[in-house]
Order: sequence, then C-alpha cells, then structure tokens
Amino acid sequence: MAVNIKKLPKKPYVIPGHAACPGCPESMGFKYLGMALGDKAVVVIPAGCSSVIQGLWPRQGFGLPILNIVFAAAASTASGLARALKRRGVDAQVVVWAGDGGTADIGFQALSAAAERGEDIIYICVDNEAYMNTGIQRSGLTPYGAWTTTTHTGKKQFKKPMPQIVAAHRVPYVATASVGYPWDFIAKLKKAASIRGFKYIHLHAPCPVGWRFDPSLTAKIAQLAVETGAWILYEYENGKLRLNPPSNRLIDPKKRKPIEEYLKLQGRFRHLKPEDIEMIKKEIETNWEDIIRALKIQGDL
Amino acid sequence: MAVSESEQRRGVVAVIEPGGHKLPLSMAGPGAMGKTGYWRTQRPVVNYERCTGCYLCWLYCPDNVIEMVPGKGPRGQDIPVIDYDYCKGCGVCAAVCPVKAIDMVDESKFLAKEKEEGDGNA
Ligand SMILES: Cc1ncc(C[n+]2csc(CCOP(=O)(O)OP(=O)(O)O)c2C)c(N)n1
Ligand code: SF4
Ligand code: SF4
Ligand code: SF4
Repeated sequence: MAVNIKKLPKKPYVIPGHAACPGCPESMGFKYLGMALGDKAVVVIPAGCSSVIQGLWPRQGFGLPILNIVFAAAASTASGLARALKRRGVDAQVVVWAGDGGTADIGFQALSAAAERGEDIIYICVDNEAYMNTGIQRSGLTPYGAWTTTTHTGKKQFKKPMPQIVAAHRVPYVATASVGYPWDFIAKLKKAASIRGFKYIHLHAPCPVGWRFDPSLTAKIAQLAVETGAWILYEYENGKLRLNPPSNRLIDPKKRKPIEEYLKLQGRFRHLKPEDIEMIKKEIETNWEDIIRALKIQGDL
Repeated sequence: MAVSESEQRRGVVAVIEPGGHKLPLSMAGPGAMGKTGYWRTQRPVVNYERCTGCYLCWLYCPDNVIEMVPGKGPRGQDIPVIDYDYCKGCGVCAAVCPVKAIDMVDESKFLAKEKEEGDGNA
C-alpha cells in the first residue's frame, strides 16, 4: 500500500496551538493517525503527554473524538466503546493511543486481556522510551544504558519485547513503526483498520526533552534508529513476519550505520562507557537474530 | 435543560447525560494553549527560490502550522506557508528539508523589526 505524500488529507487532526513541547514526536505521530484513519477514528488516551498536549478546556488540540481515561483501563475502555459503537451501528475505528509506560507497565494487563479476547481495536504504543509526562522516569521500554531521572547511571535492563509479547497472543496484526517513516506508519494504520480483531502498532517516538537532543532532530533521530538497526520495521500478519523498508535491506550488519551515530546525538547516552556500547550492540544483534530465526523458520530466508 | 447552539459552538458545555446535567466538553480548535508562537526563539524562514514543493516539511511539522499553497512558488511549484502565530520554532521543518530551503533565524531580529514597524505579532 504505497502512500502518496501529496495526496494525504489536508484536514488538520493536530491543531496549531496545542500544548506539546517543540519538536514533539507524539503530536507528529497523532497527525499521521488522523491522516490514515480520518474522521472514523475514536481515540482512547490514558494518562501521558498526549493527555496534556490536547491543551485546556474549552479548546482541544487534537481534531478527533477523544476519551481520556486512567492508565489501567485504556484497552478495556476501548473494548467496551468498540462493542457499543458497533451495536449502535456507528462506522468507527476505536484506537488506543498510549505511552510506553501506559503500555508495557501500567496498562499491560488490560492490553493483554483485550488481545486475548480479540477485541476489534487498534492499540498504538507511542514509545518515547520513558514516562515523559511526569519527568522522564524509566519504563519497561527504556533501553539499556539510557539515563532517566530514576536511572542516574543508565538503565541496567533491556527493553521489553512488546511487539513479540503481543504477537504471542496470536492476534491478526502486529507491526512496528517510527515517526521518522510516516508513509510506513500510515500504510500500516490503513492495513490495521481493514482487519477485524485486535491490532497492535508499536510506534518509535524520539522525545527531545527526555532523550536530551535538539528539538529539530526528532525525525532525523527516528530515522537514525532504523538506519543503525536499533529500531527494526516489521509486521506480523496472521503470525507471518515480514521486514519492511528500509529494515529489509539491513539484515546484513555491514549495511547499517554505526550505532554511535545514533547514540552520540542523545544526552541520555552521554555517560556510556565502551562496555555499555558493547552491551547495546549485543542487544541489537539479539533482536536481529530473533527476526532472522523467525524468517528462516518461515522459509523466507 | 437543552444545550443551545451557541453554547455548543463556543464549546463551553455540550452534552447532556441522562440525568439532565450539562457537561463540559472541549471542542477542537486552534490555540488550546494560546498563541504558541510566543514560545519561539528561532524562526523558520523559507527560501522559495530553493524550495521544490516536496511537502516533507508539511508532513513532519509536529504543530501542523505549515500550509501547502498550490502553484504559488516562483516556478509554479506548491509552497509551504508557515503560521507564525503558532509555530514553536522547533526546526524540524529545516532539518527534514532535502534542499535546505528553510533557515532558522534568531527570533530577536524579527522582534526588533516588528517593534519598529509597530506590529507586535509574535
Ligand atoms: C495510576 C497512575 N499512576 C501514575 C500516574 C501519573 N502519571 C501521569 S502521566 C505519567 C507518565 C506516562 O508515561 P507514558 O505512558 O510513557 O507516556 P508519555 O508521558 O511518555 O507519553 C504518569 C506516571 C497516573 N496518572 N496514574
Ligand atoms: S516530553 Fe516529549 S513526548 Fe512529552 S510533550 Fe514533550 S516532546 Fe512530546
Ligand atoms: S519550526 Fe517547527 S513548528 Fe515551526 S513550522 Fe517548522 S516544524 Fe513547524
Ligand atoms: S521540505 Fe523544503 S523543499 Fe520540501 S516543501 Fe518544504 S521547504 Fe520546500
């Protein structure tokens, strides 16, 4: 499903004057959500930056119907909403738009339960790799080595493999995406909306405030994460794994940019020692090995 | 108690739940946080001679303050027009422009000029 940038809808789904920091990846990503699903989308947002970005009553900075809800209930609220709208004959696509903390930690049980029940929703994890709205605390999706206000010397654990965990629920669609590749994210959203059942998209969203980089670099850092192999673009359709461009050309590590190019632009990695960088490289290799193994089992490699 | 149309338009109160209460409901509209152009310390300035009308700045702008105006460029190309009332000056547009057609210029230069001209926009 190729996306023609010039033909994308001009209707604003992110409205000027919202409350996000300059260079915010969440408002960037929300734009693409609106462009892909249009007025059909009904969005459930648990606590996080995106609750705040909307701004103050009586105005609203996101141009879609939004239900703001507590952390633990995002996926269950969306489940009920989707069922009720269906019964009332409303042609809508219910979407959860949740942060990494809201997804991998606090909202995890409701997400797993909705996936197991096969609810007809799209769950999007907007992954800025920490609890940003409350001041950069580590989450289960903060990567190894990253400084946060609760990991002063760098996180010692690895990033939770959320897309694989959701895929293990045998849902019809799971994908990764990045704010650096809007056409890929938009195409995946459109595909997800065409599938009935539980869909999960994990959106990589570099945050200038929490990752300590210049706000002009949000899209560039997102692209560097993919070009260095630190973030991999792929999708599982009915359990079948496929790598998406440009990640499908990066199976050979020699084709990837050096990871240092990605790390050195971010203040959260400033303290890293050479052995930490080795650990990060090892984590990336392990992620790629998992993908390569799955592709081999499928007979695609 | 019914909600009047003018109340709905102002977004002050908008729905009645079964108990008959008016509930506050935010309505989509510009300036949810006021004129965010006040936050800006650097201003993106587009060089229309150089711009190819590729739409990438429009696509990536996190604040959606860029409008593409069809056919208005010096070579008939579509061009981006930035709404400085709300542009936060993040510089994402300049960083993604493939032909470097956007310069980030110190905002103080414009403020001094606007003061001179008596136009206190940003
Ligand atoms: C049960 C509960 N615990 C804590 C909070 C405080 N809180 C609000 S937003 C937030 C951070 C959310 O982080 P994440 O889900 O990663 O989203 P982000 O802010 O990064 O977009 C926290 C901890 C809360 N609202 N509810
Ligand atoms: S902290 Fe990061 S994710 Fe949150 S509003 Fe600011 S830029 Fe966006
Ligand atoms: S500086 Fe940022 S907010 Fe302003 S037009 Fe460029 S991308 Fe948009
Ligand atoms: S990104 Fe650059 S070339 Fe493309 S439309 Fe914007 S200013 Fe013009």
